[in-house]
Formats: sequence, C-alpha cells, structure tokens
Amino acid sequence: MSSKNQKADPLIQINNLKIEGFSDEQWHPIIKGVNLTLKRGQVMGLIGESGAGKSTLGLAAMGYTQPGCRITDGEIIFDGTDLAQLNDSAKQQYWGNRMTYVAQSAAASFNPAHRLIDQTTASAIRFKIKNESDAKKDAKRLYEALNLPNPESIGDRYPHQVSGGQLQRVMTAMAMSPRPDLIVFDEPTTALDVTTQVEVLTAMKSIVEEFNTAAIYITHDLAVVAQMADVIKVLRYGNEIEEAETRKMLTAPEQDYTKSLWSVRSLEKKPAKVQEPILEIQNIDAAYGKFKVLHDVNISVPRGSTVAVVGESGSGKSTTARVITGLLPQLAGEIKFDGQILPKRLEDRTKEQKRIIQMIYQMADTAMNPRQTVREIIGRPLEFYLNLKGREKEKRILELLDMIELDDQFIDRLPSELSGGQKQRICIARALAANPKFIICDEVTSALDQIVQEGILKLLMRLQKELNLTYLFITHDISTVRAISDEVVVMNLGEVVEQGLKADVFSPPHPDYTELLLSSVPEMDPDWLKNLNERRNS
Amino acid sequence: MTQEKNTYSAAGEVGSVLEKRTFWARAKIELSKSPWTARFGLLVIFIYAVLAIFAPIFAPYGEAEVFPEPYAAWSSEHIFGTDQIGRDIFSRMIYGARNTVGIAVATTLLAFLIGGALGLAAAINRSYIDQLLSRAVDVLMAIPSLIFALVLLSIFGSTVTNLIIIIAVLDSTRVFRLTRAVAVNVVVMDYVEAAQLRGEGLGWIMRKEILPNIMPPLIAEFGLRFCFVFLTIAALSFLGVGIQPPTADWGSMVRDNASLIMFAQYDLKAGLTPLLPAAAIALLTVAINFVVDWFLHKTSGIRDEQ
Repeated sequence: MSSKNQKADPLIQINNLKIEGFSDEQWHPIIKGVNLTLKRGQVMGLIGESGAGKSTLGLAAMGYTQPGCRITDGEIIFDGTDLAQLNDSAKQQYWGNRMTYVAQSAAASFNPAHRLIDQTTASAIRFKIKNESDAKKDAKRLYEALNLPNPESIGDRYPHQVSGGQLQRVMTAMAMSPRPDLIVFDEPTTALDVTTQVEVLTAMKSIVEEFNTAAIYITHDLAVVAQMADVIKVLRYGNEIEEAETRKMLTAPEQDYTKSLWSVRSLEKKPAKVQEPILEIQNIDAAYGKFKVLHDVNISVPRGSTVAVVGESGSGKSTTARVITGLLPQLAGEIKFDGQILPKRLEDRTKEQKRIIQMIYQMADTAMNPRQTVREIIGRPLEFYLNLKGREKEKRILELLDMIELDDQFIDRLPSELSGGQKQRICIARALAANPKFIICDEVTSALDQIVQEGILKLLMRLQKELNLTYLFITHDISTVRAISDEVVVMNLGEVVEQGLKADVFSPPHPDYTELLLSSVPEMDPDWLKNLNERRNS
Repeated sequence: MTQEKNTYSAAGEVGSVLEKRTFWARAKIELSKSPWTARFGLLVIFIYAVLAIFAPIFAPYGEAEVFPEPYAAWSSEHIFGTDQIGRDIFSRMIYGARNTVGIAVATTLLAFLIGGALGLAAAINRSYIDQLLSRAVDVLMAIPSLIFALVLLSIFGSTVTNLIIIIAVLDSTRVFRLTRAVAVNVVVMDYVEAAQLRGEGLGWIMRKEILPNIMPPLIAEFGLRFCFVFLTIAALSFLGVGIQPPTADWGSMVRDNASLIMFAQYDLKAGLTPLLPAAAIALLTVAINFVVDWFLHKTSGIRDEQ
C-alpha cells in the first residue's frame, strides 16, 4: 500500500455529519456527528451492526441520502466542494462520474432489459468521458481484469444469463468504467457463497489498487474487511467507536465494543457424547419436476447432538430439509425417525409425527405472519398439538418467552415491532411450543448481525442441553459450524461429500471440495487473501 | 440463565419500545391527517347510509304514493315535483338510495364471497383446480358483461334475487383474478409453509394466514367494484330489466323522466329533474373513489415527499 502516490490533501473530508431519518411520525437521528477523512487511493472499511448507520454514512460520502432521510448538520467536502450544500442536479454531475456505487444485491440492481455491456458503459458515455467504442473496449479490459470468463463476449449477455458472483464483478466493472475518484461498496459479497466471495474480493482488491481509487467498503464481516481495507472505522448507533489502521485494529482494538465484535468468532462447542441415531436418512433421491437435486444422500443424526450441513447454494442442503419434513416426497430411499419409517408425504404423516419434527427458517421476517401477534404465533401450536386453552395456554406462552429470554411485554407485539434477533427468538419459541424432539434450523443466523448471531447460537445450545433436543443445522457459514456442531456433513451438487465428527472433518486430509470450501473462509488476517491466492496459483 | 438475561437487553436491541394504540385511536390519527377529498367522501357515504337506513323517516311521502297531478312543478309541497304518474320525486330519491345502494352492497358482497373464496383456493392449490377456475373465468370475461347480464335477465326474469345473483357472478370473475394474483404472492411465504408443516387445514390457512395479508387490495377493490355494480344496476334499470316498478331506483327514475330534459328551455327546474338521480349516482361514485384513493395511498406504503 505504501507504494501508492498518496497526495497529502484528503479526497473526502466529512465534518461532524448529522443525518436524521423519518419514521413513526417523527425524525430520529441516524448519524450523530461523525467525522471521516479519506485520502486518494485509500480504502476505508466501515463496520458495525445493522442500524449502526454504516450504509447511511457510506452513501452520505457521495452526498446522497435515502428517501426519508435528511442531512441536518455538518459538511461533506469532496475535492474542495461541500456536497451537503449542493442541490440534486449539481450532485448528479458527481454521481456516476467521479463517484460510483456497488450495491449489495447485484441481481436486483441491474436492469433486466439491457445487455450488461450497455449498462457497464452507460455513465462513462453519458458524461462524455469516452466515446462508445472506447468505452466498450475499456469495459472488456475491465472484465478481463476482474477475471470474468469470456471477457470479449460476456457483455453481450443479459443479467439473468450470468451467475450472482459474475454479476457482482460486472457491477464493479460498471463502477470502475468512468474511472471515479471514489467507489462505495455496500456489502458487495454478503449474498455470495464463500468460494465465489474469494474470487470477487480478489478482483475488487486488485482493480482498486491498479487504478488507485479511493473506496469505502461497508460490511459486517470483519474477516472480509480485513482483506480489503487500509483503515477500519467501527460505528455503533450512529456514533464512531474507533478508527485505526487495519493491522492495529485487528491486533489491538481499544474499545470494549470493538473487542466484543472480535470475540464473537471464538464461540466453540464441546463435542457431545455420541448416542444412537434419532434420524437416519438412507439413500435419498429427490427431484424438482424432472430436475434431480439429491443423489443417494445418506445422513445419520445422533440423538441430542447437532449435525451441521454445509455447502454452497445449490448443494441440496435445503432440499434435504424439505424431504425430511415431507414437503418434497423423495423418489427413492427412506427416512427413519426413532426407528420408525416416516411416510414420504406430509399428508400421510400423523399429527404426532408432524409435532416431533419442527423447523426454524432463515428469514424470520417471512416465517411469521405479519398480521399475528406473538401470542397468536406461539399459541397456535400449543392449541393445535397439545390442546391447551385459556389460562393454561397463556401460562405456557409466558414460560416459552422466558425460555427464549424475552419478557412478557412482548406478548402483544406484531413481528414488525421486533428486531431481527427477537424475531428469530420468537420463531424458536414457536418451534419449542410443539415440544419437538428434532429441530431443523435452516440458515437461522445468516440474516443476523454477528453479536445477535452469537446470542441466538448460545440460546440454541442452552436449549439443547435443557430439553435434550437434536438439531440439524443447515448453514453455509463455517464459523457457525465451528461454534455449534458435533458432527458435520459437507454437501456439494446434491451429494454428500463427507460426514463425520467436527474434529475429523476440519482436520486434513480433506476431499478436494471440503478443502476448497474450508480454505475459502476468510480469516481475520490482512494477508490471508494474498497468501491464499499465492497458494492456489502455485 | 438469569445471567444471560442481564447481558441480553431486548429493549436495547430494538431501540425504542413502540407505543400501543387502540384501533379507534389509530383511526382518529389517520383521519386527522387525511386529505379533504377523503373526508368529503366519507361524509357523503355517511349521509347516503343514514338516508338509506332511515328512508321512511326522512321521506315526506311513501315510495309508491300517487298524487293527482303528474309532472308537477317544484313546489313547497313536492320539493322536486312529481313524476309521470304523480309520485313525489324527492321521496322516491330517498327510497332509491335504499334500494339501489342496498342491492349494490348485497351484490358486491356476494361477488367477493364467490370470487374471493375461489381465488384463494386457486392460489393455494395451483394445480387442476386453478386451471379449471381460471379458464372458466376467462370464458366469462370474454363476453361483454352488460350484454351477458341482459341476456341472462331476459331468460331468468328480472327479480331482485336474480339481479343480485347474476351481477354478482359476472363481477366475481374480476374479484377472482385479483384475489388469486395477490394471494399467490402470500402463498409462497415461509409462514404459510410453516402452517402446512404444522398440519393446518385449507380453511385455516385461507382464513388466518392469507386473508389478513391481502385485505388492503381487496378492500380497495371492494370500493371500486361497488361503483361498477352500482352503475351496472342503474344501467340495467335504465334499460328496463333492472329493478322493477313500483320500487324506486335511480336508474329507472332517470329513464322515466328523461323526456323532461327537453323542457329545460321553458322551465329550467323541470329540465333538471331527470338529472337529479343521475347526480346522486355520480356523487356517490366520486365519493367512494375519493375514499378508495386515500386508502390505496395509505396502504401502498408510499411516503409523502417531505
């Protein structure tokens, strides 16, 4: 980094910035007086939980506020001009020209009706930085620099014709096309699989270095920010907690809050005693229509333990869960629960068989009916399975709320009045209400912040011990697997690559795929990405 | 566990605890912020409803009471004069509110019951039931509904019951399409799957899981559909196959006195007489649309520019 020709004057200087957002009929502060200085060619990582104001601050660096937000105080000086004082049409001369933005969801950000190359070059042509043929030539060069396959022809495709990771790289090319002074990356790899994430990170890092572009990198993943940023700024509730150079921040954070963020990844479960299997999946084949997704899957889950199923998207993890629950009847093979064979179809299973297997979903938002209160959500399984009514039901609801560490003031709330972590706790309570023996957790923490994640994982472990529950834990996050599992199943392309005790799976020798998956998980070492790529290239 | 509780602060996580409000308190707040168009619409609907319910109290004369002088001019005795056989037009307009609006409400409700239930069933089932119902609806919608209603009423006879059933069935096709379209988006939600996994029946899933989440578009559609039903009934009455005499209704009142409009050059008030029921229809339609617009704006989640 030191080899860069850094000028002394900052590219962006934000002084005492305050931003408010409008909700519930009043203005609430979102950013409460934050300073930020970014030099040319420097990459700053902004980290914090959701609601910390990191996205708002990142957008504010471009002089932009989302609808329903306003800048109330402070200045945003970009190359000598205070963006906070400019009107929108003046700021539009900067947007897409000298400053660009890479959004989290590439799939939702592209116009599906236009070819990729036309979208990549649009702003460079609009600002007359290049003529059309030069811009297209340059775009192809950027595609090549970003390691996209067939850089000459990939631009002729439409957004739906390329994969998520490729689309994210095309968006980086789009942001780079006008050769901006500043790029704001807003969680660009959060939606990607780990193996894809490595490629995208490598491409983004190299291109930012090559053109000496300043960047703000917003994420909640510490290991990712460690690879990308020169300096890291930690935010919480709209305030700056601390800022330091990356290496210093990783090794010696000063504030307690930062230390607590760092410590989340150190959660680890002691292996449980191996008992007889409660669930056995034997030689399962399953298909959606004619498209076969599971090939001869065998998984056995010991009673009272946690078996983690890991794999990338499309590996068949969630399909396996659907087969176990009976939502997707298998084509071949059988599922034994407590020694009994479960009927294939949900309709053929008894109420009791439905009761003992419960499921917790990834998106707590969509897993709860937004029109039902917590009382109705938790109360329904009590009424349905256990015939509890009136006072008995009420008492049990309060017990369940207590189990998930929420107090009784939550009983009349709607899901929209809960935070992400609380929603997931209510979903856990709903599953517990049925008194199940076996719970399928489908990516239950992947939509949550790290600190909230830790709370949920601890809760699940405590409940397991108290109620002797068995979990099948589906996830793509290896650090979650380390934290909670006893056994690990690695899946790829609808097949089980390996199953075994956590210690065995995580220690070499690995099958090729497990090796790729494990080595792609970012570590909290700023040199990790460089070393990994050197290893892989050799 | 108590230690856990201390480290985990729920209120801290959500920030501020939301204030609880009752339905009426919320309605009052919403109303105080509503645009004047919505308030005007609500006022008009309220007045119509009161007139319809208490028609015998407000009307000076009976619905079919005949006075000696037909086509009487406007006077203190007969505010809007009398019609071709000497019935008081003002009284008939008040009774007309009861008949026309009442039948329109009943028809719209029936249309929603049929279309809504079938639409939900089609959205959940998504197999042959969906195909069967959707294609049947396509066939019904392919025929111009006013002409189809005319044909059916001529076959079955124009009684009030037939009128309600025929218009309800024809209008339920549109309700079916809307319900199916919005419900399909809700059916794929995880909470519906969770209910299926629990083993809930079709009725419970329809009523408790899906219906509450598709109410806003359905209520808006109810307002609009009501206007169309209302206009259809008025149109059918104007054509003579709708509500039959001596029952007062606005559509046939327009037809009965239509010829008076030619006397406007001699007596302006006489010329206005056939326009009065037409104006009553127009006013109610406009009022309902104002309210529906406001409601759609509220539920669409579009934030006003600050």
